Amino acid sequence: MRTLTRKKLMREKFVFTPKKAATMISAYMIGLFFIYPYIIMLLTSLKPHGELYSSPTKRLPVSWQFDNYLDVWSKAPIGNFLRASIVVSICATALVLLVSVPAAYYVARHRFKGRAAFLLLVLATQMFSPTALIIGIFREVKFFGGLDTWPALIIVNAGFNLAFAVWLLSGFFSSVPVEIEEAAMVDGCTKFSALRRIVLPITLPGLVTAVIFTFVSTWNEFTVALTIMSSPQRQPISTGITTFVGQYDVAWEYLFATTAIAIIPVVILFISIEKYLVGGLTAGSVK
Amino acid sequence: MNATDLVVRKVKKRRPANSILNALPWIGPAIALILFVVVWPAIELIKISMTEISSAGTLDGFNGLENFRKLFENPDLRTVAIRTIFWVFSVVLLTVLLSLPLAQLINQSFPGRKFVRWAMIVPWAASVVMTSIIWKWILELTSGEFNLTLQQLGLQDQPVDWLRDPRYSMYVLIWVAVFVSIPFTTFVILAGLQSIPNDIVEAAQVDGAGPWQIYRGIKFPLLRNALLIATIINLINVFNSFPIIWALTRGGPGYNTDTTITFAYKMAFVEYNMGPSTALGVINFAFIMAIVLIYLRVTKATRDQA
Repeated sequence: MRTLTRKKLMREKFVFTPKKAATMISAYMIGLFFIYPYIIMLLTSLKPHGELYSSPTKRLPVSWQFDNYLDVWSKAPIGNFLRASIVVSICATALVLLVSVPAAYYVARHRFKGRAAFLLLVLATQMFSPTALIIGIFREVKFFGGLDTWPALIIVNAGFNLAFAVWLLSGFFSSVPVEIEEAAMVDGCTKFSALRRIVLPITLPGLVTAVIFTFVSTWNEFTVALTIMSSPQRQPISTGITTFVGQYDVAWEYLFATTAIAIIPVVILFISIEKYLVGGLTAGSVK
Repeated sequence: MNATDLVVRKVKKRRPANSILNALPWIGPAIALILFVVVWPAIELIKISMTEISSAGTLDGFNGLENFRKLFENPDLRTVAIRTIFWVFSVVLLTVLLSLPLAQLINQSFPGRKFVRWAMIVPWAASVVMTSIIWKWILELTSGEFNLTLQQLGLQDQPVDWLRDPRYSMYVLIWVAVFVSIPFTTFVILAGLQSIPNDIVEAAQVDGAGPWQIYRGIKFPLLRNALLIATIINLINVFNSFPIIWALTRGGPGYNTDTTITFAYKMAFVEYNMGPSTALGVINFAFIMAIVLIYLRVTKATRDQA
């Protein structure tokens, strides 16, 4: 017992051995490898157009063109793209929360006939992406006159992200002891106000995770936006960036300035929920 | 059920507490959203796959399996189908094989571990289309970093057009798909590793087991569930992976890098060949359904405990 305790104490203090050094170096190189394309993105976004195809190719910009980040706003309707992405992602997230919180709460607190069937339905939709159903989605949206509108994009995104939120939140709600709520209800809370005043504040990390995950995945969604959105004023950034591609002379520097603007905020958001991501995505089957 | 339960139930005759009617106000909106957004398009897809449909999308009556017949007459379908199987299995296999040691590595404790984990999240958080476009630029014929590096290392005389040369383009797609799939997979396996109780490992150490023996005999078997889930989710994601192919090659040159997903999309929205496209859509959907059913079976045990 005593040796084990000593071992634990020693583990807390980092001891530098050749083996540890090898671990560290390989880990750093792998970390670098995974951000390598994004470093290229940043470097390219800071080159003047003339340097893009210069021969021989230079890795670093010769003259650093920070102005690219200012000029890009007038080169393409980036403002519009970003506004569309922000509006659609926020609304889809709000819709997901509105629908998933009550469902997750009830499922966590009650056994009822059809509960298993409901959970199965949710779990099955988590596995679906809109891609395989895209023709059906296109026809449904067209049927309701929703082509090239934000509400259509919002509802489709909310529908496909609902499952993650329900699973994640019901896990969080189950972890709140029922006694706390019962005490609140004895003190005169209704079931709804107990949820609002007691349970939701405790499960805030779960709510934040669900919010960020839905926001980011709507922000990045490509296939549905490509298929149902057409006008540049309403297109989100994920499909809007293709404005720069497909012309004869691709403006890579502006393209990458735009992708940098689109990628950096969501990466920070995603990193902030690192701890809870896996649990929600694997429906609690890995823990 | 015991005696008191029965008494209580007899007194409150109106509606049993576990009736789905009580649940509906809470779960109804979720069910409605799923039916509207997921189930409706699925039914619509199946319905029109058995309907005569014009290139403009107008329907003209039930035509049985005519659309499927037309689809199977398509001379490119066979190669595309075989390529899809190759694509899904090679990407998933490579992803899982590479993620196992990576998860092991970022489970070690060392200074800066947090930053390495953060770096590995980046491709997961970033838009897949955008990541694919960056790789496209890196692999560009004349100005890309990749050819430049190969030349500087003396590994290449002539620059290679990785994305347009049919000998290489499929492998480039596989490479990018593995790159974007590794982070999620590694984090799932990492979660599995972290759930292994320390005392089991310590007990094995006391018994004189070496690190490799501990990994093979204890950790790997305990990772089975995590691996299974990661593999199934990856199977579906890679099969569905439209943005990578669309951004890098559009399935081209010709149909040289199409999978059944991009092939169906092209038929419907580029060539306006709706009928066979819906038939292929149904086949794609059936394939995903099959994997989902496997997934539901696999996770059932864990759900029952919950």
